[in-house]
Formats: sequence, C-alpha cells, structure tokens
Amino acid sequence: MKPILSRSVLSVWMMVVVGLQAKGDETISFDRQIRPIFSDRCFECHGASEEARQGELRLDAPGGRDGPFRGRDGYQVIQPKDLAASALWKRLTTTDESERMPPVDSHKKPLTDEEHSLIKQWILQGAEYEDFWAFVPPQRRPDPEVKDDTWLSQRIDRFVLARLEKENLKPQPPADKRTLIRRASLDLTGLPPTPEEIHRFVDDASPDAYANLVERLIASPQYGEHMAKYWLDLVRFADTNGIHHDHYREMTPYRDWVIQSFNENLRFDDFITYQVAGDLYEQPTLDQQIASGFNRLHLVIDRGTALPEESYTRNVVDRVSAVGTAFMGLTLGCAVCHDHKYDPLTQKDFYQLFAFFNNIDTTPETPGKSPHPPFIRLPSAEQSDQLKSLESRIAVATVEIKQLKEAKSAESELKLKEEELQSLTKSKTDLESTIPVTLVSKERADIQPAYILKRGVYDQPGEEVSRNTPAFLPSMGDAEGLRTRMDLARWLTDDKHPLTSRVTVNRFWQQFFGVGLVKTSEDFGAQGEYPSHPDLLDDLASGFMHSQWDVKSLVRSIVLSQTYQQSSRGSVDAFRTDPDNRLLARGSRFRLDSEMIRDQALAMSGLLNATMFGKSVKPPQPPNLWKSVSMVSSSTYSFEADTDDKIYRRSIYSFWKRAMPPPQMTIFDAPTRESCIARRERTNTPVQALVLMNESQFFLAAQQFAHQLVAKKELSEEERLIFAYESVTSHLPDSTELASLRSGLEGLKEIYQEDIAAANTMTTDIELTSDQARIEVASYTMLVNSLFNLDVTKTRE
Amino acid sequence: MNPIEQFQTVQSRRQFLNRTSVGLGAAVLGSLAAKQSAADESSGQHFAPKAKRVIFLFMAGAPSQLDLYDYKPRLVEKFKEPLPPEVRDGQRVTAMTKNATHLVQPSMFKFSPQGKCGLHMCELLPQLSTVVDDLCLIKSMHTDAINHDPGKTLICTGSQIPGKPSLGAWLSYGLGTLNKDLPDFIVLNSAFWSGDQVNVQALYSRLWGTGFLPSKHQGVSFQSSGDPVLFLSNPAGVSRASRHKMLDLVTQLNQKHAAEIGDPEIQTTIAQQEMAFRMQASVPELTDLTSESEQTLEMYGPEVRKSGSFARNCLLARRMAERGVRFIQVYHRGWDHHTGLPDKLRRQCYDIDQPCAALIKDLKQRGMLQDTLIVCSGEFGRTVYCQGQQTETVYGRDHHSRCFTSWMAGGGIKGGIEHGQTDEYSYNIVDKDGQKTTRFEDDAVHIRDLNATILRQLGIDHRRLTFRFQGLDQKLTGVEEEAHVIKKILG
Repeated sequence: MKPILSRSVLSVWMMVVVGLQAKGDETISFDRQIRPIFSDRCFECHGASEEARQGELRLDAPGGRDGPFRGRDGYQVIQPKDLAASALWKRLTTTDESERMPPVDSHKKPLTDEEHSLIKQWILQGAEYEDFWAFVPPQRRPDPEVKDDTWLSQRIDRFVLARLEKENLKPQPPADKRTLIRRASLDLTGLPPTPEEIHRFVDDASPDAYANLVERLIASPQYGEHMAKYWLDLVRFADTNGIHHDHYREMTPYRDWVIQSFNENLRFDDFITYQVAGDLYEQPTLDQQIASGFNRLHLVIDRGTALPEESYTRNVVDRVSAVGTAFMGLTLGCAVCHDHKYDPLTQKDFYQLFAFFNNIDTTPETPGKSPHPPFIRLPSAEQSDQLKSLESRIAVATVEIKQLKEAKSAESELKLKEEELQSLTKSKTDLESTIPVTLVSKERADIQPAYILKRGVYDQPGEEVSRNTPAFLPSMGDAEGLRTRMDLARWLTDDKHPLTSRVTVNRFWQQFFGVGLVKTSEDFGAQGEYPSHPDLLDDLASGFMHSQWDVKSLVRSIVLSQTYQQSSRGSVDAFRTDPDNRLLARGSRFRLDSEMIRDQALAMSGLLNATMFGKSVKPPQPPNLWKSVSMVSSSTYSFEADTDDKIYRRSIYSFWKRAMPPPQMTIFDAPTRESCIARRERTNTPVQALVLMNESQFFLAAQQFAHQLVAKKELSEEERLIFAYESVTSHLPDSTELASLRSGLEGLKEIYQEDIAAANTMTTDIELTSDQARIEVASYTMLVNSLFNLDVTKTRE
Repeated sequence: MNPIEQFQTVQSRRQFLNRTSVGLGAAVLGSLAAKQSAADESSGQHFAPKAKRVIFLFMAGAPSQLDLYDYKPRLVEKFKEPLPPEVRDGQRVTAMTKNATHLVQPSMFKFSPQGKCGLHMCELLPQLSTVVDDLCLIKSMHTDAINHDPGKTLICTGSQIPGKPSLGAWLSYGLGTLNKDLPDFIVLNSAFWSGDQVNVQALYSRLWGTGFLPSKHQGVSFQSSGDPVLFLSNPAGVSRASRHKMLDLVTQLNQKHAAEIGDPEIQTTIAQQEMAFRMQASVPELTDLTSESEQTLEMYGPEVRKSGSFARNCLLARRMAERGVRFIQVYHRGWDHHTGLPDKLRRQCYDIDQPCAALIKDLKQRGMLQDTLIVCSGEFGRTVYCQGQQTETVYGRDHHSRCFTSWMAGGGIKGGIEHGQTDEYSYNIVDKDGQKTTRFEDDAVHIRDLNATILRQLGIDHRRLTFRFQGLDQKLTGVEEEAHVIKKILG
C-alpha cells in the first residue's frame, strides 16, 4: 500500500542522508544511530513519560531507577559489550512472537536487519549514551578538513564540502549568471529580475558583481515583504478569527511590523522578545506593543455558543503551542493531556509554560464584529489631529448641553445642541472606523492561577503550578518576584538556550535550499529528523548568536556561499537518489511558493502595484466561495473584490479568511493559517495547471504583456519572442527553443486567423483598430500564457 | 445510456484526446506510470475491500435524532417535566442553555414500523422509509464536542483541533486514484436549503482539507455556479484547439528543459498539465445531466432540476461514484434548530428525504450499492429538553453530544438493522441492561469507531494507515484512544 511503500523507500534514503547505516567497525553514535530507532519503536512505553512507562524500563536515558543498566532480578537489560547477557538484545531478536519487541499489538514495525546490527555493534562497543544533540547548547565547530580548498568562499562551504568528499561526491560548478540573478532575486525578494537588471548583472565583469547584486537585493524593501511571508505562516497570521462566525479581525499593523523588522534588520532576539513580551517593557514603544499581538494570533471563537472556560483554555494552549513551534521547534501541544511520550517534557512542564500565557487581559471570546480588547488604535498624524479636534468639540458640546439644561433654556436650543453632539459623535465613530487597529498583549493586574489540567480537560484542574520552564532545558535562574513573559523571552534568547538559535537558522536555511538541515523544521525533538550536517547547523547557530542575531548577515553568508551558487543541474540519477538535495551536491531546484508565482506574473506584465503596508486587499476570486461556507451573520459572509489597482498588490497583502483563504494561494500549498506551519508542502497537481492557464489575473497578465509586446513595433517577430522568453524565464532561448516558439506562435495565429470571433472576444477590452491586430494580440496572449505555464517559470533553479 | 456505455464513451473520448495530442500523450505515459504505480496497487490494502467508494451525506448543524430516528413514545407522558438530574448527570451543556430550566420535549412527529425489518421511521422521511431494509441505523453515536465548529472538525477530520487531514484526504492518500481524469475526493456543497435561513452554521475548507498530508489529497470542492472545478474553463476567446496548441508548445519546451536539467519533477508537471486538459473535458461531461433519463430525474424529485440543490448533488454523487471518485461528500446546511424546530425540520426533510432514497435505489438498480458505502450523519445530536418557546408543536432543542443517530447503507453494511440504544430520554447511550455506558463493548459508537469502520469496508486497517508528522505516526482515528470496527453491522 502506498504510504507504507513510500515510507520504506524514503527511510532507506534518510539513513544515507543522516548517516544511519552501519559501516564496518565505525563507532556507533547513540544520538545519531540508536536513539532514532529507540524513539520510533520503544519510547512510547519505555521513554521519558512515567505515566506511560511499562516494565519499569526507560531507554531514553541511562540512569535512574528505571534505567537500562540497573541490575534486575538476575538479569541486565543492557550489559555493555556482552550481547548474551543483554536482555534487550534477546527481546529484540527472539523468534518467539509473544516475547519479541516491539509487541505485535503495538503495530510498530519490527526492527530491520540493519537496525539490529546497529544495536548489536552499539552494545558490543560499550552501549554509551549521549545527551540529546538538540538539547545541548550549540557551539562553534572546528574547521572541517577538506581536500580541495579552492572551492570555499564562506565557512558554510567547508562543512558542505567535507561531507561531499566523505561521500565521494563533487559539487556542481557555479550556475550561469542568468540563473544566479533569477535565483537570488526570487529567494531574497520573491520577485524575478527585470531584463535590464539581468543585462546589468551579466555585463558586470567585476569580481564583486554577485556580492553587489546580493547587497542591492537585501537592501530593497521587497526583501522584508518576502521574508515576512515565512514568518506569517509560522505564527498563523490571518484576517479572520477562524472559528464559528469567522469574523474579520484587524491585525495588519502586526504584519507591517514584521515586514519592517526584516527590512530594518531588527536583531532577531529582539524580534522574538517584542513578540513574546513587547508589552512588558517599562515604556513599550508602539512597535513593541504591536509585536506583542503575536500572543493574539490564535484562533478565537465569538461569544455565544461555547463555554467561556473552555475557550479560555483553548486560547492559552494555542499560545503555548505557538511558542513551542515558532521558537523552540518542539511539539509542546503533545503534553497538554499527558507527559510527552518521546521528549522529556512532562505535563507539568506544559502547564508551567501555560502559566506565563494565561494572564493576558482579555475575554476568552470575542465580542463579535468589534475589535477584541486589548487593542490599540494607530491613527496617522492627520487622523490624530482630527480625532483630538472632534473630542474637544464633543467635550464642549456636552458641557454646553449640561449648562442649557441647568439654565432651563428653551427646548429648541437644547435640541439643536443635542443634534450637534450626535453628529459629532457619529463623525468620531466614522473616523475611528478608518483608523487601523491591532490587537496587543497586556497583563491582568491580578494573577490567575494555573493548574495541571487532568487529561487536558478545562474543568479538571489538578495540582497548581507556577511559571517555569521545562526541567530538561537550561534553568531560568532565580528571578526576583513573579516570573514574567519578559523573563521567558530573555530565557528563549539566552545564548545557553539550545533550541532557539538552531531552530531559527534552520528555517532560514530551509528557505534558501528548499529543505532544512533538519528536515522536520517544526520538530527538533526525539521524533524529529537528525540533521544532515549537524556540525554546520551548530556552527551557524552559534555564529548567529555571536553576530547578535543578525539576520541579514546570516542570509548574506548563505547566499554568498559556493554551496548556494552551484548549478542545479544533475543527472536523472542524482535527482532520484537525492530528490531533496540533502547532501547539497548541486544547487537546489524547487517550485516557487504561491505568492511568488502570482507576484511574478504581475511583475512581468507591469501590473504589479508596489504599494507597501496597510489593510489587506481583495483581488478577484471566483464567486460565492465565502458564502458557500459562511454564516449569514458573519462579517466575512460575502466577498467583494477591490476594484482599483489594489488588486495588483503583492500577495502578502491579500485578505486571508481562514475558513476560505484565496484559492489561488491554497491550491499552491499555502497553509490555511489555522495552525503554526514551519514548512510548506510542495505538490504538483492538475488544479495548479488550471490556475496558471485560466485564473483571471494570470490570464490578464499574459494579455497585458502581449499587448505591450505587439505594440513594440520596432521589434521583429523574432526579437519579440526573445524579449518575451527572457522577461519570463530570465534566459535567452537557444535556436531550438526559438524554433518552438516561432512555430507555436504560427500555429496560434492560424487558429485565430480561422476564428476571428475568438480573437475579438479575447481582446474586447483592448483598444485595437483591426482584426489583424486582434489576431496578433490573441496569439501573443496565448504565447505568453504558454511561457507562464513553463516548468522553469514556476521553479526556482 | 447505461453506465457501462457511458464509461466507454468517456474512455474513448479520453483516448481520442490522447491520440490527437501525440506529444502530450507520450509524456503522460512516462511520468504518470512512474508516479502513480504505487497508488494503483490495490494489493496494498490490508483486507479484501467490501466497498470501493464512499458517499458521505453530511447534515451540517446537527439534526434532531429524537424527531427523526430515535423513537421515544413514552416521552409524551413527560411533556414539560424537568429532566431528572441523574439523567443529565453533570453533563456539560452549551452556554446557551447552561442556566435554563431543562424541561422534557417529546417529538410531535409520528413514527411507524416500516419495511420488512419493521424499524420505526418518522413521518418526515416517507421516501427514506421505503428503503429502510437497506439502512443500518446507529443510534448510539457519541462525540466529544458540543459546539458546531469543533464538532464538524471532529467528524470530518477525526480531531477537534484544526489542522488534521480529512477522511477523504486520508482515503485519497491511502487508496490512490481510480480515475486519472477526476479528483479522488470531491465535495458538493448544497447552495441552498429550506429550513433555517438565519442561524446557519459555517463550513470550513479544513473540513475537506489535507492537514499535514500533501495537498494533492485535498477535497476538490465543486461549485454550483460558474466552473464546477475552480478555474476549469478556458478564458473567453480560448478554444479547445487554442489551448491544445498552447500546451503543445509548453510540453515541447518542458521536455527540452527536462533533458537538460535532469529533474524528473518536470515530467510530473507535464503530466499534470495533460490531466488538467483532460479534466476540462471530463468534468463538464460529469456535470452534464442531459444523458440522464426522465425517469431517473423524477426519482430524485423536482429539486434535481436546480443547480446546487441537495437533490442535484445526490445525482452528481452517483455519477461521480460511477466514474471512480473515491470519496464524495455532500454537505447540506440548516439543521441547527434551537427554536421553531418542527417547522424547520419539516422543510429540511423535504430537501433530503427523496434524494437520499433515490440515491440508494439508483445505486441499487445499477448494481453499485453493494460496493458503494453511504454514510449520513450530523456532527452531534440534540437535547430532549426544550430550548426557547415550548408547546406541543413549537419547540427547539440544544446541542447534545452524548448520543445521536447516523445511518449507513450499502458497501457491505447490513441493512434493516439498528445498532446500539439510548435511554428513554435519548439522552445517554445504555447497555442491554439499561445502564448508562460509553463503552464500545456495549455498542456505543464514537466517531473514531465510525471512521475505523468506514476504512475497514474500504480494505484499510485504521491502525496501519499512518503518516509521520510532528514525530508521531498520525492516524485518522487519532493517536490517543483506541478505535474499533463495528463488526456487528458488517454483512
């Protein structure tokens, strides 16, 4: 059956990548080779969770009462260097099904021969345990030895090359300049290079040409917009509440703050601290308050049907889980109901973290369509002035009314004043509705107690717990008084914290190579995957902290590396054996994300509106999608597309209704933003082909492009074809490609020559004077539509 | 035209398309064969399947089991009596009736024995009553959620927490595809309904989403107006010939690039573009009802002539089943009857009664009921106590998670039977001695048991259909509690 089949094929390859296969008498690493086996097959019953533990045996740690080395009644679970005396070995290898581990009714896969032999060697070599790699602080690593040191340009390259040399592989030569500028532009800004930019780069023979290009891209405002997208996935940013009515909620200032932070290269430790605890600075800046909206990004139900106590618990659990995924790469949510079965995280640990986040001064459910306190208004200077003036006029009018009443003035005079007050109040409400609002964090004055919830059920409190961090991670130290979210943020960004820096650099790596050094970028626990290049990951993480969490400098070191600049060509075999390019023996090649695919079509056709920031916008989408899922009384029941050039803004500004996100985005694997997503899937489906062929904005982009192309009277047909091909793919067509384009265009022209009505229909919105011109534009439209549908166009090579 | 002929027509049309597009066709053979062979091996299933496909009729909003299936004649004597506290037994209730009095409300509708089996059916379901011998009523369903959003998320994805793959996505992932021209999992949302128009609960695309499974397994939602599949139609002025020419060019250039770059993913792109092109023909053929006989249309009732009706969607579901779509989910909304239940329920039943019965009869006459599993359910049940105004004929009911009724038909499930029972208030599931229970051994059926049973009928062991995510072998039936196949109802 498919899942099982693909899994087995995959796991063989995974063993190669993370070095799980045994090689003769090499020293077996518990961390890399044994723990994954134990974790997968044994930890559920013989792991950190005391609750779930069977037979008083744990295999995740060597010591303690239940450890594997304690002498038991006449036997040892593991006797180092002695297979026959190790009960573990017997239980794993016996042919007696009732004795063999893992038990048949656990439905866990029996161990393979390969796995048996690893365990055998490990026991024979002395059965040494190691501390779990991800829970030990990362350190700068010594320079790995390499044979060929001519290839190196960044520290990264040394680690990559050392691994390649070990596998007897050679890196690919650098990509050609056209590929390189397209790759760097897409990776750093999410937009393709223009033909002029390509020419300038190709013609720049200076040795710094590439470095200068990278500097220009990193400094462009589009860099922040692009980087922000990944962060918004991770924190599940959206424009609606996501549950029940799925009402609109305004948090776009948070989105804009993320964009700005990347552009201004805000230190990443501050970036984290502002979000977790920005409201707790002594005098928080506006930015710090906006950033603290991070704790408000969870799904939230509106008042009326659910039980507020239950909603309260759900909200806090969601906040804690987000902190786990976004900063620590841990599946904290697993410990809501019981001790984590794979990682040394207890249920108590979870609720100690819960205690940091249960005290935000908000109701568990939203009041409905109005903003859910606490929130702040962010008026422009002009709006501020208007507001002040209205407020003072309201105050004056109120006093005047009071005076009139006291003086028992004429009814008519009083009525007039009251009408004035009414109209002023209305103006104020109207003005306020145009002022951006964003939800923020704010602590309650009193402290709400936190309890371990039995089985995670909101109304089953057990032991009361206080704010603290998990015992298996570095201690927070003794704080004076009550620990706060600020202390937690400082703890997360402390350079002794083993996870935050690793998880962060791994996600940036993933962005530039398609897959992280740790593939499971959302899970750095025992069930996550061992890194493909553990030393490189640690070196990058420690370097990142050392650089004072300088993101641009990290990004620079990645994109300036030889590793990054390699050509992504390879033999079919190379792609088959290493489809995800884990060994980095070539440049990575992967499909662009939904936003980039749309944005580049808009950019190439000149439609793109580069306006930054502000309320989310609604590009057109097929009718009735919202209605088909919404409650009639929802504020997002009916969708009305914007009508002006807002519809050509970059996709990061598109309105995100969680119950029905824009289909152009989700069809290309954009997540719904209901939960924290650290990496997107990349699928290849027929419905994606339909979007690229038929979706109205994609088609309009092709048409615009074609119209401009046909208007370039100074160009010959061949020159037009070359221009079109170059604009879309960044490459020049070779003679074969040019011949294909020419005959394709001929064929299309023949079709429209015979079907002038179709040409007329297609070009009806364009001012053209003759049938011939319409045939021309229609044919070129289909030609550009073809180019938009090329694999190379939707791929970053 | 009979379905076999129809199928052959579709087949030959497809072959025609392939023949006329030599360049494209060759590419498809290469890449599809490589990519999909794993999915096509039915030998991978854990058991011999009883069913090949599922049609899930989802009554969103939660219909009242008390007024439709769970016949409680003695309640009439208890009208307006308080619900005994030992029956409620600390049950949490929604915020809406948390502080209200809980007075018993009998159903105002008549029930009578129907069919050979003699099961009691409600007068609101006269047509469905004629096929009662094919129905298996599970009266002992229970769930963990008491509100719509988590309730629907639970029954559609196996978990209350958003982000898990839906049942259809799991099936697409586990079973692969039967028809390369159509999606494996199709969702049909009814565009209108006759009952409640104001208090209509939302749906969410997550209900047919893929969660952590690759997105190609997600349900494709068919639209009742415009393109049935989003972005299916060519833009104005693009003929099939023009699209064909354009794709020829694309394929030529893609093939050349594939040869230079080496990445087999390019072949997948080519294959998917070819499938998109074929879908542009196969989907309109699927939704075009002109080949349906007048007799068939009449069977589904007058509403079948309206696009977007539940009746139309049932007929479309049958056409999809014929064409090898694995999982078809038909949503009908408007079942959340907190007040004015009798009137709204009557109108809702008008929408669904005849089409549900017709779907069963239609599949049967085509010899397809035996391998098509039909499931009909809401997300939970409704309370025996009244919410809002209370007279014999005017009343409402709140959400109830402890028991509700779902039914199944076809696909190797025994017909004319009921499974499980509830107390005299239809408040708690009880065992054969009348003791309150939620144990599977006492015939209580949790949603995960229902899911395990559906998988079983398709030849899948729910414990072995897994996907590694966040360090766990995730399952439709969850990683915490054990799920059970309801063996007693298997034929």
